[in-house]
Amino acid sequence: MVGDNDLTYLDNAATTHKPFEVINALTNYYSNLNSNIHRAVYQLAEEATIAYEQTREQIAKFINAKTVEEIIFTRNTTESINLVAYSWARNNLKKNDIVLISELEHHSNIVPWQILSQEKRCVVDYVKLDDSGYLNLSNLVDKIESGNVKLISLSHMSNVLGTIIPIKKIIKMAHANEIPVLVDGAQSVPHMPVDVQDIDCDFLAFSAHKMLGPTGVGVLYVKKEILENMPPFMGGGDMIKEVFKSVTRYNDLPYKFEAGTQNIAGVIAFGAALNYLSKIGMQNVRDHEVFLTKYAIKLMTAFREITLYGPKDPKERGGVIAFNIADIHPHDLATIMNDRGIAIRSGHHCAQVLMQRLDVSATSRASFYIYNTREDIDKLVEALNDARRIFKI
Amino acid sequence: MSDDIYREIILDHYRNPRNKGKLDMSDVSVHDSNPLCGDEIDIHMKVSGGKIENIKFEGRGCAISQASASMLTEMVIGKELEIIKELKKEDILENIGLTNLGPARIKCALLSLKVLKVGMVKYYLERDPDSAQKMKEESMPY
Repeated sequence: MVGDNDLTYLDNAATTHKPFEVINALTNYYSNLNSNIHRAVYQLAEEATIAYEQTREQIAKFINAKTVEEIIFTRNTTESINLVAYSWARNNLKKNDIVLISELEHHSNIVPWQILSQEKRCVVDYVKLDDSGYLNLSNLVDKIESGNVKLISLSHMSNVLGTIIPIKKIIKMAHANEIPVLVDGAQSVPHMPVDVQDIDCDFLAFSAHKMLGPTGVGVLYVKKEILENMPPFMGGGDMIKEVFKSVTRYNDLPYKFEAGTQNIAGVIAFGAALNYLSKIGMQNVRDHEVFLTKYAIKLMTAFREITLYGPKDPKERGGVIAFNIADIHPHDLATIMNDRGIAIRSGHHCAQVLMQRLDVSATSRASFYIYNTREDIDKLVEALNDARRIFKI
Repeated sequence: MSDDIYREIILDHYRNPRNKGKLDMSDVSVHDSNPLCGDEIDIHMKVSGGKIENIKFEGRGCAISQASASMLTEMVIGKELEIIKELKKEDILENIGLTNLGPARIKCALLSLKVLKVGMVKYYLERDPDSAQKMKEESMPY
């Protein structure tokens, strides 16, 4: 509820709501399984360890990883990308090497590379976007062929425009030039089938809380042959085999990358979220969002004063719609929406480089998930009409 | 309710801002933004004999932030520079007729006051650093 109105939640690109199964899994851990994992030999700790490791197995299956050792738990997508920057990239990049990203990246796939570039004196370069919100592939090819690109890191699905990039094709081109690819799957993994062996990515980062799971749990997938040569990101408990005064032998994969007590409850509850999604089927999730996006675009383009950003074809974008209407600032629109119980996002969506490319300071954004319906979009459109009336447009 | 927020006077100042633009030969210019929502305000002032002889603002952002800035320039133009230190957030909210904004939107309404206060302190800092510190203490918090 928002005041006297039922909540219409259209900010799923930011975070999703949690099914009771997930909330119950959190409660169940703290009520019945509370203990630390991987160490103690008593039964309680063993049960907690089994439940924790079961989620790892579920994730491996969910994204079709070859082995569970390729799955590392982090706090979120941002930490997963930082882990690659601080561990793999710090050890493999040198002066003038290029980290290639694009103009549609979230700040979490820009800032870690900028920080690294200051230390290693490498360069962060951007693939251009065309005016319809697609990556300019010929620009990408030119940059790949320039010879200095040592890592490509791209958002699979834009959190603003919804653009789904042709990741499989891009990875094939990159590998032909021996360039590894990190896929920021924060928006794609929750909303469509993603198969790491099929697309052949080297790294994949995503967050549990954007896919029905709790906050504070993220995933980094790394191909085993790469992971074996990566130094640890953080030192501490649980990531070691033996510690002496001057040296330490690190633990096996993937524990080498999970220092300190992890978010055990969160990981276990993420398992419940994966179960929930698997029962629905990710292709069904995707189809439902294509249906909603198509419906929303159809209704919204009826407003003469509206600007919709991103690809027009619902099959080439995710269920996230960024827009502006006449001279109503997104924050004013969000206030009007809030009075009607509708939660939409307004602002730069942690993508200021993209905002500069679009030449706007902010946009409104509605984003969908499995529980949204056509009626939610009808309410959005009705509120847009109210906003026009209030702003005398 | 938002229907009450976006009254005629707010929309009028949003769409037809008063004192908007740059100032040739301003005595002090200050910029600030609201990182959360990206509202931006620049204020330029020409001070003469301790009075705000002229004031202009530039900016982009929501109706509340821009209308508030427009109304604030009207409120202080021709007044003593020192009165800026006396201005409180309640004065601004009453001036724009929005006394029950939530915590997120109140920042939009008060951005221009913040810029104006920093501008006043900067003016004294460049001319009379000792009194600037006193001005700063007296004008905060607001």
